[in-house]
Amino acid sequence: MAIFGLWVINKAGGLVYQRNFADGLAQLTSNEYLVLAGTLHGIHAITSRLSPIGGSSSGAQVIEGESFKMTILLTATATKFVLLTSLAEPNADNVLQKVYEIYSDAVMKNPFHTPEMPIRSEGFDTRITALIGSGL
Amino acid sequence: MAYSQPHSRVSVLSTSSHSSSVEHLSPTASTTRFSLPSIPATPGAPAYPRPAGVRPNIYDRNLNKTRITEVSGAAFTFLFSEVVQYTQKRVSGINDLERRLNTLGYRIGARVLELMAWRAEAASKAPKREIRFLPALMSIHTQVWRAVFGKPADAIEKSVENADEYMIIDNDPLVERYISVPKDMSTLSCSSFTAGIVEAVLDGLGFPARVTAHNTPMAQFPSRTTILIKLEKSVLEREEVFKG
Repeated sequence: MAIFGLWVINKAGGLVYQRNFADGLAQLTSNEYLVLAGTLHGIHAITSRLSPIGGSSSGAQVIEGESFKMTILLTATATKFVLLTSLAEPNADNVLQKVYEIYSDAVMKNPFHTPEMPIRSEGFDTRITALIGSGL
Repeated sequence: MAYSQPHSRVSVLSTSSHSSSVEHLSPTASTTRFSLPSIPATPGAPAYPRPAGVRPNIYDRNLNKTRITEVSGAAFTFLFSEVVQYTQKRVSGINDLERRLNTLGYRIGARVLELMAWRAEAASKAPKREIRFLPALMSIHTQVWRAVFGKPADAIEKSVENADEYMIIDNDPLVERYISVPKDMSTLSCSSFTAGIVEAVLDGLGFPARVTAHNTPMAQFPSRTTILIKLEKSVLEREEVFKG
């Protein structure tokens, strides 16, 4: 029952926000996070074309490992929110939905944010902290 | 007289209305200029049949009914965000940006004052208007704020050092609710827009003043903002005459 980290990936596959909330996963450099986000973007693009009944699907929603779970929320504008949690975390979907809400308020309504660019917004940080807990 | 020396910021408006005062009388002729929907001029009868369940066009609504005509907050924030981005591309610095936001607010304030005066006084047999400064300030703090933002402002203060300075304080200004100003522009206050509204209302009531907005955050109110009003000398002199 822990939330390890949150990523926001823009529609081009670039990592625009990354934050850790708890120990439990290996610490990576920012470059490694960028590569991982790009890889996930590619995997997600493949999974969204794997639907057996034709037409496009939403793509991968949950990827589970032995010690962690990755929940992916794809928005209508192709932005991806990824939540890294422990396997037992029950409300990852809820948290992601709330993150999306905060993102649309504190990022998209902020005149000083450039779309598709890294998120540097105090309001977003504050409200994510209020939702998930303080960062490391 | 107010007409002999129009305020520099409304000069654009007044020249355009002089040049086309005839056009204004005909709603169809002005469609190209204001993009109004064309309404067939048939006085006495409803302009066109309205399907049931469709809300009336904003131009057909009663100006005096405020209860059901609230504006979407999200729509406003997106619009204001675009306004700030548009303005920011066309200015050279923070002062310039604040001045332009103030000018935009000024044009709204002039209309707010007129609309409020009409709503509050039009029906009364003896319409009145504030001629003393403090009641005028109180009505801005409560009535104007309520008309524009849906809640009164949080406090009024008088400067200790300068007799000509008054402050209106808003703990959570609506226009800045979703705005995070980057660190290198930390002195910028987007409430300059609100300051412009206040300046126009004061001007319209006959209290010329210079109004600016400043960030004054507190621990529990990180976006707390002070609207600073610096009155012109003539206003203070007139207040003295009233006292005597």
